[in-house]
Amino acid sequence: MRFRTRTSRQAVVLAAVAALGAGLLAGCAEDKSDEPGGSSGGGEGGDGGKGKTTLTVGVFGTFGLKEAGLYDAYMKANPDVVIKQTSIERNENYYPQLLTHLGSGSGLADIQAVEVNNIAEVTATQADKLVDLGKAPGVDKDNFLDWKWQQGTAQNGSTIALGTDVGPQGICYRKDLFEKAGLPTDRDEVGKLWAGDWKKYLDVGKQYKAKAPKDSAFVDGAGGVMAAVTGSYEERFYDKDGKVVYKESAAVKEAWDVASAFATEGLTAKLQQFKPSWDQAFSNGRFATISCPAWMLGYIKEKGGDKAEGKWDVAQAPKPSNWGGSFLVVPKAGKNTEEAAKLAAWLTAPEQQAVLFEERGSFPSSTAAYDLPAVKDAKNPYFEGAPIGEIFAKAAEGAPVQILGPKDLIIAQNLADVGMLQVDQKGKSPDEGWKAAVKSIDNALDE
Amino acid sequence: MARETKTAAPSPGEGAAPPAQGPGAQDPGAAGQRREQRRRDRRSRRYRRDVKWSPYAYVAPFFLFFAAFGLFPLLYTGWAALHRVSLTDPNSMEFVGLHNFTRLWSDEFFWNALQNTVTIGLISTVPQLLMALGLAHLLNYKLRGSMFFRVVALTPYATSVAAATLVFVLLYGRDYGMINWALGTVGIDNIDWHNGTWTSQFAVSSIVIWRWTGYNTLIYLAAMQAIPNDLYESAALDGASRWQQFLHVTLPALRPTILFTCVVSTIGAMQLFGEPLLFGGSATGGPEHEYQTLGLYLYEQGWVNLHLGRASAIAWAMFLLLVLVALVNWLIARRLTKSEGGA
Repeated sequence: MRFRTRTSRQAVVLAAVAALGAGLLAGCAEDKSDEPGGSSGGGEGGDGGKGKTTLTVGVFGTFGLKEAGLYDAYMKANPDVVIKQTSIERNENYYPQLLTHLGSGSGLADIQAVEVNNIAEVTATQADKLVDLGKAPGVDKDNFLDWKWQQGTAQNGSTIALGTDVGPQGICYRKDLFEKAGLPTDRDEVGKLWAGDWKKYLDVGKQYKAKAPKDSAFVDGAGGVMAAVTGSYEERFYDKDGKVVYKESAAVKEAWDVASAFATEGLTAKLQQFKPSWDQAFSNGRFATISCPAWMLGYIKEKGGDKAEGKWDVAQAPKPSNWGGSFLVVPKAGKNTEEAAKLAAWLTAPEQQAVLFEERGSFPSSTAAYDLPAVKDAKNPYFEGAPIGEIFAKAAEGAPVQILGPKDLIIAQNLADVGMLQVDQKGKSPDEGWKAAVKSIDNALDE
Repeated sequence: MARETKTAAPSPGEGAAPPAQGPGAQDPGAAGQRREQRRRDRRSRRYRRDVKWSPYAYVAPFFLFFAAFGLFPLLYTGWAALHRVSLTDPNSMEFVGLHNFTRLWSDEFFWNALQNTVTIGLISTVPQLLMALGLAHLLNYKLRGSMFFRVVALTPYATSVAAATLVFVLLYGRDYGMINWALGTVGIDNIDWHNGTWTSQFAVSSIVIWRWTGYNTLIYLAAMQAIPNDLYESAALDGASRWQQFLHVTLPALRPTILFTCVVSTIGAMQLFGEPLLFGGSATGGPEHEYQTLGLYLYEQGWVNLHLGRASAIAWAMFLLLVLVALVNWLIARRLTKSEGGA
């Protein structure tokens, strides 16, 4: 008898373990199969037939699509679609993960964002894993800036990435500091000071320094100047045939010379962008100018806060130039590629790009959006009501069709964060800095 | 098998008992007993099997996980290190033999990273363990609220690297950092903590020290509390001062613990990654790679430059270096125990 109860107890335990295990497994399985059912609360129980479609969007940073309310608008118009977003703060962590996911064909969101510095590598190496969006319904090539469209098109002619925003640059400047230094403060006059030549920007810097208020520099750091100058050239790091030419390119040479002149003349606040000390410097007025892409205006407002309110304004850059911008791609491995392509097309359509600009300051890559009043008449109250729509549209249309290459980011980063940083912050000569940068880049490019 | 027959052997004897009781009921009783006997056999066999194999089953999960997440990656990394692989297409590998390893000999960035790892390791580990020893000694006294101090000692360890490092970045800021402000009040000019070789390495080390001192303190404290009190008493009777007691009673008793913390800290220092990455905000580790550790260089090659093969080779080089360090540690430990035995 005792034996009997023993076995039955064992059996009970075994059954319990089995049930638990099965439950766990089922739990895992359920998660996956349930996802298209949506967490919106509607999909409880019997949505076996036609449930809601869940689309996931993978982005980096605060991409803005969600924040601008575009997902909500789309879900309202399409009640059977649920949109979820996953975000990774820094692109440098986001991008390698995207590559590994594309390589394994799993873990991908239905729509993935790609930064402009990575787009050439994506079109060159991942095109076969991505849906050709050029033929998706609702996509119109003529809506986009030509160069933006080309950047998202692979060698085989399929357009695998749709442009969201671009980064046309102006020069943001502090009116209070300019006034103290005896420089004009009106944005048109300021723009004229350096129109057409980055060297004039340098000259204005020297003028500024001669009468500058104490503890203020002309620019934040030399790295930003270098990025702005390179952004105004067609050929930067790669030539048309895809060869690495940064050592000889005119863009890099001028950018290097001008930026290192800023450093050696003592015109910089020796700050590195996107570091905490850089953030603090905005509200403390440590520098008078910064080349600012459209997306940076929000950043300046956030970091400058009340303390810098009414002190910033924005003028045209010496030459039209572009810095940054993003794309959306649809991986073929996704479950709902058709629905995803539809959403991507909608998100990048002129009307939505205009909303994104209005809400978030990301400048449209869609030329058709430039004529919409939300863009054309846009003014930014934090920057003294500057007509930012007009200023940045002019820069965007004038910006060159840049030749991109797969390792743009690595080259740009090493030039700025190794080479120019040594010149700017460690007092190395431009020659030493250049050699260090080249050594670092050679090592990084060598497989 | 032999054992089984042995346990089975008494059964005839047991089974022989009933016939003496009642020959009439012999047949069904014997059958029932035989069945009972078989059942018992089965049970004891099952029991023995249980005793023999269950321990393996209990430890199996660890080994399964280790195989999946430790051993397999280790071997796969070794395999990848012999190839040219890019993260853009991890499935196409081109065999290059030992090229990824031999190139490390002439890779100045690798040697720089190794040197940084050793320097930062030394200036973080040595003061850290010394301080931990001292703190543990203090906490070992009868203190009011000793529990409170022990918890406090462990809080940095419980803080996330990211949060801690971000705060340290602000503290070490050049223009608005609190440390420079404090130095300024005593007339020292702003120090550029992020760009100087020594200053940045010191700053990174200080984060490590801050995070791990408390942890080691508690380990030392636990070991100290295991030292029998009689030793101190007799030392005191012999007229040994506090310091002498610490030197001649506490330290020798702590020897194995100190060795343990040394090994663990060495491994930790070798793999140092999070602090320098977050301190600089990028994998370059400063404009001149001043605080780029091996872990950071590995990360830069693999996840920034996307060269998985090269990164794998660095990973294996780190692994081999650790094995080497462990060997040295073991030799020293053996020498120490021997000299102890001789004395």
